[in-house]
Amino acid sequence: MLKARVIPCLDVKDGRVVKGINFVDLRDAGDPVEIAKAYDAAGADELCFLDITASHEKRGIILDVVRHTAEQCFMPLTVGGGVKEVEDIRQLLLAGADKVSINTAAVNNPELIEQAAKRFGSQCIVVAIDAKQVSAEGEPLKWEIFTHGGRTHTGIDAIEFAKKVVALGAGEILLTSMDRDGTGIGFNIELTRAICDAVNVPVIASGGVGTLDHMVDGIKLTGATAVLAASIFHFGTFTIAETKAHMAANGVPVRQDPGN
Amino acid sequence: MKTVIIDYGSGNLRSAQKAFERAAASAQMAMSVSLTSDPDEVDQADKIVLPGVGAYRDCRDGIRRLDGMWEAIEKAVIADYKPFFGICVGMQLMADVGLEHGSTDGFGWIKGRVEKMQPQDTSLKIPQMGWNTLDLHHNHPVMANIKTGPEGLHAYFVHSYQLVPEDDADLIATTDYGGPVTAIVATDNLVGTQFHPEKSQKLGLAMIENFLKWKC
Repeated sequence: MLKARVIPCLDVKDGRVVKGINFVDLRDAGDPVEIAKAYDAAGADELCFLDITASHEKRGIILDVVRHTAEQCFMPLTVGGGVKEVEDIRQLLLAGADKVSINTAAVNNPELIEQAAKRFGSQCIVVAIDAKQVSAEGEPLKWEIFTHGGRTHTGIDAIEFAKKVVALGAGEILLTSMDRDGTGIGFNIELTRAICDAVNVPVIASGGVGTLDHMVDGIKLTGATAVLAASIFHFGTFTIAETKAHMAANGVPVRQDPGN
Repeated sequence: MKTVIIDYGSGNLRSAQKAFERAAASAQMAMSVSLTSDPDEVDQADKIVLPGVGAYRDCRDGIRRLDGMWEAIEKAVIADYKPFFGICVGMQLMADVGLEHGSTDGFGWIKGRVEKMQPQDTSLKIPQMGWNTLDLHHNHPVMANIKTGPEGLHAYFVHSYQLVPEDDADLIATTDYGGPVTAIVATDNLVGTQFHPEKSQKLGLAMIENFLKWKC
């Protein structure tokens, strides 16, 4: 049986992890490669790097980070942030990323998804959708797409957009609720379920995890096949093993291989 | 001893190379592992690894574009009887034919076709993406000392198509995704996995180590 995936996400800026990582036994708590190795050993099912490097000159640094990670971690790695053209995707895949996630460019230039899927295969093209609720209290639920890290409101309907990117060749959707991101009050279940029902590719639920019950709900109540979280892992609130034990105990099948 | 991983432009092979190097070190074998696009190197190698991601036809065409490579692989595998490991689409290419984007001939070492998966449970997503366990149908040296079954180790899958072998004897292991789905095929000196051993942590490294020791 296919297991639900637990995916830690690291924000990387200029080759360094942005928020402090509260891990014991790390030589360098800001080094993404070290942290990737620790998550690999801890039994994370995949790893996600979000490159938030602002300056164009420093954008090549993430390629080195990916290269070193891929040499040492035998687990799937998704990399996103600032991906604008096919060449950006090619560079990341050549450096060793297994999947590349596209966010703003998927909205501004949807043809990029089609070109990339044709060239590299749908299996490595993830579209990251940042959605925010726009319906008022009492109205039918409606969510729209935000880009540029949530700053730009596009007016595009999230469900329609999800269908469109899958038709163009996206192999997976990384769905973040902007209303919930950073709140710790749990995933937006209605949004996640609506997107999962609309598309036939795997959906990763993201944004809002604060407790281990949230991880259970993120899978059980939505149809998502993976849950992504950052703070609860980085700050050491919960380990990957604790998370998986809790999910398993609550009826969500997860991978718990010994020694991983 | 020398293992070559065939590089025909199908994605990044760095982690595959590193995984094979680590497994060779763990097995304490004097085994070099190199990436190659050169048919002569295939001729000189002891073991052949054929990776592959993306579409069936693109992978077939990628190999065909390297002058003499298709023939070098066939010679190494059939005439010279060298151990061969196909990964993902590299495994699917072992079949007679692939049906992704039209019909495309494969190497034809395993009788059967590569077809789109159709899980009985229609709520299951395509591609299958993630970690799944293996159900062993036949013992094989590459699976020695690897725990399978529902309580066994997991392998990492990303695929929408599967190889359906005609001969049951070629089907070494399946995985359950709305019904049994081909996970490992093998015949004679050839073995192939639908999953990615180089991304499958413990199970993957153990399997690669077994392959490196196989027929040595």
